[in-house]
Amino acid sequence: MMCCQYILLLLLLGVSGGVSAVEVQRPRGVPLSKRQFYEEDKPFTCLDGSRNIPFDRVNDDYCDCQDGSDEPGTAACPNGSFHCTNAGFRPGFIPSSRINDGICDCCDTTDEYNSGAACQNTCRELGRKERESLQKMAEIAKEGFLLKQQLIQEAKRGLEDKKAKYADVQLSKNEFEKRVEALRTVKETAEQPEKEAKERHLKAWEDQKAVIQMEKDKARKAEVFLELDDDADGFVSVAELLSHSELDPDSDVSFTEAEAQGLLGGVDKVDAVAFESVWINIKEKYISEANADSPAPVETPLAEMRDNESEQYPEEDIPDDEEDDDEEDEDDDPDDDYKSPPTMQTQEKKDDEDEGTMPPYDQETQNLIDAAQKARDAFDEAERALREVDDQIKNLEKEISFDFGPTAEFAYLYSQCYELTSSEYIYRLCPFNRVSQKPKYGGSETNLGTWGQWAGPEDNPYSIMKYEHGTGCWQGPNRSTTIKLTCGKETVLTSTSEPSRCEYLMEFTSPAVCQEPSSLDSVLHEHEEL
Amino acid sequence: MAPVLVLWLAVCLSVTWAVDRGNFKTCDQSAFCKRQRALKPAESPYRALLETMELTNTRLTLQLINDNNKVRLLLELYRLQGNMTRVKINELKPLKPRYEVPDVLIREPPTEPLSLLSQDENGVVLSLGAESQRVIVSARPFRLDIMEGRDVLMSLNSRGLLAFEHLRMQEEEKVEDGMWEETFKSHSDSKPNGPSAVSLDFSLPGVEHVYGIPEHADTLRLKTTDNGDPYRLYNLDVFQYELYNPMALYGAVPVMLAHNAQRTTGIFWLNAAETWVDISSNTAGKVLLHLLTFTDVRWISESGIIDVFIMLGPTPNDVFSQYASLTGTQSFPPLAAVGYHQCRWNYNDQEDVTSVDAGFDEHDIPYDYIWLDIEHTDGKRYFTWDPHKFATPKEMLQGLMDKKRKMVAIVDPHIKVDSNYKIHNEIRSRGFYIKNKDGGDYEGWCWPGSAGYPDFTRADMREWWASMFAYDQYEGSMENLYTWNDMNEPSVFNGPEVTMHKDAVHGAWEHRDVHNLYGFYVQMATAEGLIQRSGGVERPFVLTRAFFAGSQRYGAVWTGDNAAEWEHLKISIPMCLSLGLVGISFCGADVGGFFKSPSTELLVRWYQTGAYQPFFRAHAHLDTPRREPWLFGPENTALIREAVRQRYALLPYWYQQFYHAHRTGQPIMRPLWVEYPQDPATFALDDEFLIGRDLLVHPVTEEGARGVTAYLPGKGEVWFDVQTFQKHNGAQNLYIPVTMSSIPVFQRGGSIIPKKIRVRRASSCMMHDPYTLYVALNPQGKLYIDDGHTFNYEKKEFIHRRLSFTNNILSSVNLAPDAQFTTQSWIERIVILGASKPSTVTLKTAGEWP
Repeated sequence: MMCCQYILLLLLLGVSGGVSAVEVQRPRGVPLSKRQFYEEDKPFTCLDGSRNIPFDRVNDDYCDCQDGSDEPGTAACPNGSFHCTNAGFRPGFIPSSRINDGICDCCDTTDEYNSGAACQNTCRELGRKERESLQKMAEIAKEGFLLKQQLIQEAKRGLEDKKAKYADVQLSKNEFEKRVEALRTVKETAEQPEKEAKERHLKAWEDQKAVIQMEKDKARKAEVFLELDDDADGFVSVAELLSHSELDPDSDVSFTEAEAQGLLGGVDKVDAVAFESVWINIKEKYISEANADSPAPVETPLAEMRDNESEQYPEEDIPDDEEDDDEEDEDDDPDDDYKSPPTMQTQEKKDDEDEGTMPPYDQETQNLIDAAQKARDAFDEAERALREVDDQIKNLEKEISFDFGPTAEFAYLYSQCYELTSSEYIYRLCPFNRVSQKPKYGGSETNLGTWGQWAGPEDNPYSIMKYEHGTGCWQGPNRSTTIKLTCGKETVLTSTSEPSRCEYLMEFTSPAVCQEPSSLDSVLHEHEEL
Repeated sequence: MAPVLVLWLAVCLSVTWAVDRGNFKTCDQSAFCKRQRALKPAESPYRALLETMELTNTRLTLQLINDNNKVRLLLELYRLQGNMTRVKINELKPLKPRYEVPDVLIREPPTEPLSLLSQDENGVVLSLGAESQRVIVSARPFRLDIMEGRDVLMSLNSRGLLAFEHLRMQEEEKVEDGMWEETFKSHSDSKPNGPSAVSLDFSLPGVEHVYGIPEHADTLRLKTTDNGDPYRLYNLDVFQYELYNPMALYGAVPVMLAHNAQRTTGIFWLNAAETWVDISSNTAGKVLLHLLTFTDVRWISESGIIDVFIMLGPTPNDVFSQYASLTGTQSFPPLAAVGYHQCRWNYNDQEDVTSVDAGFDEHDIPYDYIWLDIEHTDGKRYFTWDPHKFATPKEMLQGLMDKKRKMVAIVDPHIKVDSNYKIHNEIRSRGFYIKNKDGGDYEGWCWPGSAGYPDFTRADMREWWASMFAYDQYEGSMENLYTWNDMNEPSVFNGPEVTMHKDAVHGAWEHRDVHNLYGFYVQMATAEGLIQRSGGVERPFVLTRAFFAGSQRYGAVWTGDNAAEWEHLKISIPMCLSLGLVGISFCGADVGGFFKSPSTELLVRWYQTGAYQPFFRAHAHLDTPRREPWLFGPENTALIREAVRQRYALLPYWYQQFYHAHRTGQPIMRPLWVEYPQDPATFALDDEFLIGRDLLVHPVTEEGARGVTAYLPGKGEVWFDVQTFQKHNGAQNLYIPVTMSSIPVFQRGGSIIPKKIRVRRASSCMMHDPYTLYVALNPQGKLYIDDGHTFNYEKKEFIHRRLSFTNNILSSVNLAPDAQFTTQSWIERIVILGASKPSTVTLKTAGEWP
């Protein structure tokens, strides 16, 4: 059993203002602020009030209080905490499980009083370093904060400019609208006679085409009659018809004689004249004997298979495959008419050739068309201009209402981009727009996220930016990026990492984040107090 | 390069979240299995030639003849010390030697004399010594029956399924499909030795429950296989394995236990080739009178010989010690390895390691090991470090050492073919690579691209490999760096079934003969390396994925690449229980699940379960979001912290269990039936388990659970809830309401459990801390203490005491009076469960220890 342990503490007060030693007696591990609860000549009351124990059971290396308060200087209580004075640096608490565990936790070495661990008092050194770094940060913050004021002013001016411009553009929009309406009338006036003239022309051509079509049909009918009339007796018989199974009216397995007879209008055979009415019924289905052998186009499942497979590869690892994917995606598009079998295409073409092409417009019609086209072009041009104005208005509205921070200090980042090069990639942050990554030595760019929102903690929402919905990860989420902003004199992307697959973390310094330096001064002084 | 890359990606990265069964053979697709399984029970063509019998002091030999083809076999029968019988069958005069598995048995098993009881023209009867046990060798047809009194304990070849494909010349007889060549998918197996399979059936009268033959993702109690494939034993890297089926997984231990309320027996089929095990039962789907039940088991292996050890129990613990006497016991790990392990594929760089390490301190969660997966290397060249991400490994290791923590780095057996890589050059120049069938170095695809596979079956290769772990060879290594052997099935991305071609060559033998041994040898050589680097002082820690019988001697195993699903959490229990039954106690599953991302609830429940399984490591796939314990809000951090702290508080108990397993071969994580062998209610339980004898754990493995029903065994026994100390009677199903913080754990009445309730940030920080004894009336318990990491316990530097509490006196007896060890620890607290408040307490000290 160990007796309760006291220590004499030499406290260094006021690091900058000289050294004065003061003795304050209290049990090991107790902070000054709780000293009054540990009085040697009185029973000790657990700090949660749960129990009274004789004072010699404080720090006797056996846990009596539920809250661990009777063992501030030993590891006996699982939930206790130990106070390190850390003179010269910042005082602090450690879990009492770290007392005498052989590892130096307190810079003043007080946690390892019985473990044999060789600890060095590093408090002064730590204190000096911390002060230096705080000093440095304070300087940066000071300069940064000045720059921030400029940024705020610039943003203010920028906003005013934009608002003025917005008003201007709104005004000019009226002009553009009027112009569009005027040109629309001109266009419509010119299009009416054009339309009539074109319809006339087309009608004439349709009539002419119908005559050609009819002649062609007649010729084909005669040709087919000859083809069907196998025995050349001048009649097409039921038997002759049966050899063309494609004519089966109900398209079932068997093409029966009765069905064939039905096609012939109930008789056994027809001559060339009577064939006229038969032809009307069969011409859609009839396959010429000369074409019957041509193979039907076969769909290969190959594209499908390859497509499935390619999804297995993380596309970033195999850039070549990405291209394949694209091609296949296009292949899959059912609307792509170039995919239709080549045989059909040539047939259509042939038909067109047979019927010839529409003759050119006569001069009068052509003049009307030219005039209408001119009016259309003018109208389109005006409309485009109006759209541009609309876009401009939208962009201005967006910029004017965008959350660039409480005093618009982040506005200067808008439409800027910042790069950072690592051993493998070039990272690019375009604030309020997107984050991307590009391999240093060739290869396509990957979207690491587009602007989402400010995502800092409630008390400091403008300390973190979130970019989301980047390129999807293989078997994972879409890429996203978190940007941590810290105060700096310059606007720089300082580090990038991927702590979790496809979740990027970048550090970014900007004067816009700098706080008013006075608040830092208080931090600087705080740690010198005990 | 692109096409090959595509090939292996296609093998190992399928989009679906389930195994691609088409990548792995069914029995029908494995020519010898199909051939053997086509044989149906019938009268055996084998006849024992009694006139050839020779009985010496140590063995009986006898020739068997196959009346169909006149090929003769040689039967050897041994009675082994410790109530075992060994049956060996080989060809009498094989064309060339057949493979007999070396290095798995820890020694040639000592024999005991067999004596002849009677003999006539029908057979012979031999005495097995103890308890009127006899072996009856019947001549026509040949069969063996092992009897005790009037009971048949086990019969061999009673269904006539003994089959021994003799080695032959190809032109000798008609060639069936798959005898001299077979193909699977695009792979061809040249089979220069032709058919060589062996098979034998075992009948187990009165047995309804059989266990073991890991590794399968299946229930503890093995199922009958009549309506599907047999259980397969063939070490394979199975991508996203499916649950509840007999497919082969990463490791193979050909040991089966048979149990009923009267007796436990075991069968150890010592064969390292691809093996299938059929189980059938006459009770499947029927209700029969108990005495009439029986289970039939049939083993089929592709090559080698029949070498079977029949362990006759009669108790479960007898079987464990019998098996341990053959293949050794669980290695005694360093204490730290019993703590918590934090792993991920991958901790990206040194900074990442530092910040994760700091995270544990910040959130006050203890851990002992942080792990590095394959990305830590320089281009998947093992024994090296990525020059940018891990530029100063010793600095990193020193940082961990300053916190009394350790690291594990992966070393896989596939070696990048790269003439600028020292390890490759040495292996190639020494001729240590496995050869392909044409005599060149075998090359396959794995993580580094083209890779060679060292021939670990060679003792000289293993010796060289071990020497590579010396601190001056393995640059950047330090004494707190340990090793993880993954992919040692071996995994070959472009090989048949993602493993090596069977016609690859290991000296005189084919890969076919040695396949299931490869991972065993890799871990053996690695563990030897870690021992040697410390001059034989420090205990090694090596984790392996592939394993075989005897692997328990070299370290820990885990259940491979599981998934973040509730069903995978559940299956971790029967998978580790099955391994424990066959000697491999140091087992765990990836906490959280390797593939996919767990819900917070699943992650917490997995920590709670893993904290009570022997090997406790969290691991995650490269593509999953980070999941260090503090990333799920303060509430869940607290739940995980509590689970890990429970583990650390119980480390004295765990450590004593490991010592016990090391000494006896008894499993640490045990099915209930092992301790309650006469209670049929325990026989199929695999949602709860015991740690040692004294702790019963029923983890919560259901999503949204409000309660669990635990079976507390033991008529007349009591169990104490370790949280509330509430007492419950044994032999009942107990409903326990649960919240997210509940881990239902019970201490057996009559036990003393030592804990250290001052949980610190790593196990070695707790070295000198005092003990708290949890005394559950009226108890006995043990306490084991040593330095926690060296082999000095073998030099009797330890404390081992039995604690007992009788007549209101807690006393302790030194179990090892000749051992010496000094500890600074003391007993700070004794918690007595189930007693009323004493009026006085007296402390008496006799000698140095109370």
